[in-house]
Amino acid sequence: MEILYLLIPMSAVLVLCILGVFAWALHGGQFDDLEQQGEQILDRAATPFDPHQGPPEGDAEESVGRR
Amino acid sequence: MVASAQVAAPVNYTDETVRGFALAAVLWGVVGMLVGVVIAAQLAFPDLTYGIPWLSYGRLRPLHTNAVIFAFGGCALFATSYHVAQRTCQVPLFLPWLAKFTFWGWNLVIVLAAITLPLGITQGKEYAELEWPIDLLIAVVWVSYAIVFFGTIGTRRVRHIYVANWFFGAFIIAVALLHIVNSAVMPVSFWKSYSAYAGVQDAMVQWWYGHNAVGFFLTAGFLGMMYYYIPKQAERPVYSYRLSIVHFWALIFTYMWAGPHHLHYTALPDWAQSIGMIFSLVLLAPSWGGMINGVMTLSGAWHKLRDDPILKFLIVSLSFYGMSTFEGPMMSIKTVNALSHYTDWTIGHVHSGALGWVGFMTMGSLYYLIPRMFGQIRMYSTRAIELHFWIATLGIVLYIAAMWIAGVMQGLMWRALNPDGTLVYTFVEGVKATWPFYMVRLVGGLMYLAGMGVMAWNVVMTVRSGRALPSPIPRLAHA
Repeated sequence: MEILYLLIPMSAVLVLCILGVFAWALHGGQFDDLEQQGEQILDRAATPFDPHQGPPEGDAEESVGRR
Repeated sequence: MVASAQVAAPVNYTDETVRGFALAAVLWGVVGMLVGVVIAAQLAFPDLTYGIPWLSYGRLRPLHTNAVIFAFGGCALFATSYHVAQRTCQVPLFLPWLAKFTFWGWNLVIVLAAITLPLGITQGKEYAELEWPIDLLIAVVWVSYAIVFFGTIGTRRVRHIYVANWFFGAFIIAVALLHIVNSAVMPVSFWKSYSAYAGVQDAMVQWWYGHNAVGFFLTAGFLGMMYYYIPKQAERPVYSYRLSIVHFWALIFTYMWAGPHHLHYTALPDWAQSIGMIFSLVLLAPSWGGMINGVMTLSGAWHKLRDDPILKFLIVSLSFYGMSTFEGPMMSIKTVNALSHYTDWTIGHVHSGALGWVGFMTMGSLYYLIPRMFGQIRMYSTRAIELHFWIATLGIVLYIAAMWIAGVMQGLMWRALNPDGTLVYTFVEGVKATWPFYMVRLVGGLMYLAGMGVMAWNVVMTVRSGRALPSPIPRLAHA
C-alpha cells in the first residue's frame, strides 16, 4: 500500500491548510456576528435596485407570461 | 422601471456567463437523462441497439454519467456559483473574459466527451474516463474557474463571506486536487494512456477520487446552492446560520477518507477498509445537521411548501439528501456491504442522491435563477413546474424502489447456498428475476426525463418572453 505514503501526507497537508483557512476566518472576524449574517442576503434595503433579487415592492415588473 | 436610481452604482453584474451556463445545464440535462433512459432500456432489452459498437452499453454508460454529473450538474454549479458569489459579494465577476473562457472551455470538454466516449476512447476510470488531452483542458478550465471565483470573493464589497461561498470554494479546490492526482497518466499516444498507479494502489486513488467527487462535486457544491436559493425562495434566513458554519467545517474535515468503503472485501488492507467505514459513519452527523438546517428554514412558514412548487423541489431535494446520507453510511458497514455490493441496490442509492438530491436542487435553483436572468420574476408557467415536480418525484420513487428490491434480491440469491455448499441459483437466474424491476426502473427514468422535457419547454418560453437586462450592482447601505 505504498500509495498511502502519498495520500496520507497529502490529506494531512490539506487538513493543515484547512485549519489555516479556518484560523484566518476566525481571527479575521468572519464569525463574530453570526446572528445577522443569515438575514443579510435577504436585506432588501441594501439591494433596492436589483431586479435579479426580486422587486422591492413586488410590482416593479410583472411577468409577461404569468400564469 | 428598474433604472430609476442607479446613479451611485454604474457597474453591472456579469450575468452573460451565468445565463449561458444556466441554459446549458438545462440542455445537457435533457441529453444526459435521455442517454440514461437508453441504457436503462438496454439492460431490459440487450439487443436494442443491434450490436452497434458506438451505441453499446459499455460506451454509453460513461457518456450518461459524464453528461449528468459534469455537464448538467457542472454547468448548474458554474451558473449558481457565479451568481451567488456576485450577489453576496456585491461585485461583478473577477476577469469577466476568463469567466467566458470557462463557459466555452467547459462546453468544449463536454462535446469532446460526447465524441470520444462512444468511440471507446477511455481511461477506464469511473467518473474519470476522459483521456489525457481532455483532462489537461479540464485542468486549465478548472484553474480559470478558481481564479474567477476566488478573485470575485477577494474583491468583495461585503465584509462577511456568505456560507454558500465557503461550500462553493471548497468544492472548487477539492475537485482541482482530486482531478490532478487521479488523472496522472503516462500517455503512449494522443488517445491512449496508462495510469501512473497500478493494481490496488490505482484502485485506492480511483476511489479516493471517486468518493470525494461525490462528496465535493455532488455534495459541497450543491450545499452551496441550498444555502442561498432556499432562503431566497422561502424569503427567510437559514434556520441557524451558526449551524451552517459548523456544518461546513465538520463536512470538509471528515469527507476525505470515506473512499475505501468502495473497496470492501478487495485486495485493500482490512484496516484501510475499516477506516473508510468509520469515516463514512461519522459523516452522517454533519450531513443530517445540514439537512435539518435547510428544512427547518421553513419553520413557521410551512404553508409556502403547499403553494410554491419551487420550494417543493428544494425541500424534497433535502429529504433525498437526508435519505441517501443515511443509506450511504449504512451501506458502508462491511456486513451490509457484503449483501449490497455489486447489486442494483448501489444503483438505487446513487440515483436517490442523483435524481433526488442533485437533480431537484439544480432544478429548484434554476427555476429561481432563470426568470431573474431574463428580466422576469417567475417562470413562464408555474403549473408546468408543479407538473414537473410530480412526474419527477413519482419517477424517482419507482426508480429507487425497484432498484432496492432488485438489489436485495440479487444479494440474497447470490449468497444462497445448498446444504452441500453449492450455489442455489445460477447467475442468470438472478438476471431473470431482476428483469421486471429493470422495466419498472425504465418507466421511472422515462418519467424523470419527461419532467426534464417539461422544464426545457418552460425555460424556452420564459427566455422567449423575457429580455436579458443588465443588472446594476446596488450601492451598499453600509459600505
